[in-house]
Amino acid sequence: MYQWLPFWPPISSKQGIVVDDLVIAEVVVSTLIVLTVFGMMVTFCVRYRRGSQASRAHLMRKTWRIEIGWTVATLIAFLALFAWGADIYAWLFRSPPGDIEIYIVGKQWMWKVQHPGGQREINALHVPTGKTIRLVFASQDVVHSFFIPAFRIKHDVVPGTNETLWFKADQPGVYRFECTQYCGDQHATMTGEVTVMTPSDYEHWLTDQGVGQSLAEQGESLFRQYGCSGCHGPNSTVHAPSLNGLYGGLVHLQDGSVRRADEAYLRDCILEPRTFTVAGYPPVMPNFSGQIGEDDLMKLIAYIQSLAHRSASWR
Amino acid sequence: MAMIAAEAEPTYLDNENTIASWLLTKDHKRIALMFLASITAFFFVGGFAATLIRLHLATPNGLLQPSMYNRMFTMHGVIMVWFFLIPSIPTTLGNFLIPLMIGAHDLAFPRINLMSWYVFNLSGLVLLYALIMGGVDTGWTFYTPYSTSFSNGYVFAAALAVFVNGFSSIMTGLNFVVTIHRLRAPGMTWDRLPLFIWGIYSVSIVMLLATPVLAMDTLLLAVERFVGTGMFDPLRGGDPLLWQHMFWFYSHPAVYIMILPAMGLVSELIACYARRPIFGYSGMTIAMMAIAILSFFVWAHHMFVAGISIYSAILFSLTTFFVAVPSAIKVFNWTVSLHKGAIIFDAPMLYALGFVLLFTIGGVTGLMLATLGVDVPVHDTYFVIAHFHYIMVGATVSAFFGGVHFWWPKMTGRHYPEAWARFAAILAFAGFNLTFFPQYILGNLGMPRRYYTYPAEWQSWNLLSSAGASILAVAYALPLFYLGWSLFYGKRADPNPWRATGLEWLTPSPPPKDNFEHTPTVLIGPYSYDPESDRYTTQDGVSHA
Repeated sequence: MYQWLPFWPPISSKQGIVVDDLVIAEVVVSTLIVLTVFGMMVTFCVRYRRGSQASRAHLMRKTWRIEIGWTVATLIAFLALFAWGADIYAWLFRSPPGDIEIYIVGKQWMWKVQHPGGQREINALHVPTGKTIRLVFASQDVVHSFFIPAFRIKHDVVPGTNETLWFKADQPGVYRFECTQYCGDQHATMTGEVTVMTPSDYEHWLTDQGVGQSLAEQGESLFRQYGCSGCHGPNSTVHAPSLNGLYGGLVHLQDGSVRRADEAYLRDCILEPRTFTVAGYPPVMPNFSGQIGEDDLMKLIAYIQSLAHRSASWR
Repeated sequence: MAMIAAEAEPTYLDNENTIASWLLTKDHKRIALMFLASITAFFFVGGFAATLIRLHLATPNGLLQPSMYNRMFTMHGVIMVWFFLIPSIPTTLGNFLIPLMIGAHDLAFPRINLMSWYVFNLSGLVLLYALIMGGVDTGWTFYTPYSTSFSNGYVFAAALAVFVNGFSSIMTGLNFVVTIHRLRAPGMTWDRLPLFIWGIYSVSIVMLLATPVLAMDTLLLAVERFVGTGMFDPLRGGDPLLWQHMFWFYSHPAVYIMILPAMGLVSELIACYARRPIFGYSGMTIAMMAIAILSFFVWAHHMFVAGISIYSAILFSLTTFFVAVPSAIKVFNWTVSLHKGAIIFDAPMLYALGFVLLFTIGGVTGLMLATLGVDVPVHDTYFVIAHFHYIMVGATVSAFFGGVHFWWPKMTGRHYPEAWARFAAILAFAGFNLTFFPQYILGNLGMPRRYYTYPAEWQSWNLLSSAGASILAVAYALPLFYLGWSLFYGKRADPNPWRATGLEWLTPSPPPKDNFEHTPTVLIGPYSYDPESDRYTTQDGVSHA
């Protein structure tokens, strides 16, 4: 849409167009402000240079009217820009349910990508056009930040929680992604390529990877391995919250607070269950903090997510 | 000899000339010159790191090892922020001019002033120790948990240096606030204070209130790194975002510590060289105090993509727009202050005009960064680098250079060579824009900051930027030579070579040790210039042709 602009980066997502409308508007407003200041300055400097014949009579001495005038004018203009920007931000950072959820772990210095079907890649990401892609991030060490310039999306990946980003790509092609939060020696090499493909090419790509176990299936075996199924499984006799239909809903906690069961919540509950005891259940679950790596956590979360879909179909 | 001394009172420079008379001096003017020497040394150390950075980035693969490159940008940031920009205008021109401008004989606490200089240099030595032992590679922001658990640099020593440095800031700020409250000459009411004093006053308050937080930050960082308290470590119940909140709670006001004195200073230059009163004096004072207060409520705009809640992001975006309003008013007022003037284009005025333009460009791009939707793609890219260099270097350093030239005759009793100075001012403006404007474009294209390598298609912009940096380096080094030359061969200066109105021009150049023979009485406000008759009235009420 703005590809005719010189020195402009490629735009390849719905977000790119929405964000760029505002960027262009602000570039125009900024240029006008700078040109106004520059124009006034040059005009005054030429006209009122020392020794010029221009009249200096009737110097403005009462100034507050003018000052209040431009204070109010700038304030109104600023509030309009603020509102426009805030609106876009809330849309960018409130992820809708994804058609495809992809899990990405950042670590010094690579991005490890896991697709729901179990396909894995490093410093590369393959996605189809026209689908809402939801990325779920975790960091294994320091703060990283995931940025796809062509999609105009970015989010820091802070250790100790899960972060999400979403996008809808519309132009097939190969685009750069990079880490934008300084993370040590090889920060500058923590980059990769996102390949946007048509849906049919994407299907081919997925099958070419050799389909093994899906992420949720891998999570299910971990679910047994770590002993989770003993309490949360269907045949358990222990009084533990059922995980069917949990993901995406609201959970009432013992301390009276209510949380949405998103990735960050599930992660917190696995690692620090005593802090997030569900109302009506005894705090008996052991603490898994430091016991489960980021990769396995994501598989477990993918499994719990799959239970949400399953129970929905039972109803 | 004795007879000559009896005729003319000795100046502050030659009343005593032993080394001890300098190192133990309590004279604010001498301490100002000592600060000037210290920060100039640090400016060139930080500038050396910048030179290496730009040389390295001239080609995609560079010439330094990655670990060396990372150490260079960290040292560049730490030195330029804490050892040059924050002390730059307050400790040198502020120190020298506050008593002279308000009609006092010295600062309120001369010994604390001297101690501030020693503490500053002590912190500088600690930092140089960290640099020589192997450097730090965390970036000047020391983000956790990288700085606490992963970096193998001298983080502890660097944090200690910043910790100690903060006390110098606090002492200087305290001294200035008390001086401006208590030592004004008779008749120097708040609405007659020169805007430079208002700038220093507002910044001193920010220094006093914000710098203790920096001390807490660096202390916690050092303790966490040393004994692993887990404050910022998610594995032990801490939170990396806590560091970011605490760090920016100081470091955003710090940005205003750098710009507020420059705003005041430039107002002095524009009024004097446009030969007319500044437009909207009280608006200017209100704007500076508003910026000082609002600067404490905008810190999280550095964290819009860090994972703060959408609501707090919206709140901090709004406060950031609020703080931009007084800044915009100041730009309009400076520009209109040229209207119906009788403008003289001496070097200080060229720096001042450059300041206004570069501050405006830095300001409007700051608005873009304050806009939430726009910040997301350009955050942590070269767009941000370009933006804050326009403010901190383009604006603050221009103002500092303009001020040093303007008050050079007062400080040294000698004129600087005007032609050279104008040449350097224009060169600096051109070199600056060539260096940093391409970085806006690089940022929009998606080049992240702190990258030691980049794709080949971005080379032409980086090359332009590096070329500009070489011009800028020459422009910044030039004054060292011609100002040094002028110390010995410059034309002797009158008490008031620029026909300016402030009290500092009522006393000889250079001033005697006690500043004024008799404490002046102030009858009028600053900036009584009349462009129509080309007369001006100094603040003691005497009209001059």
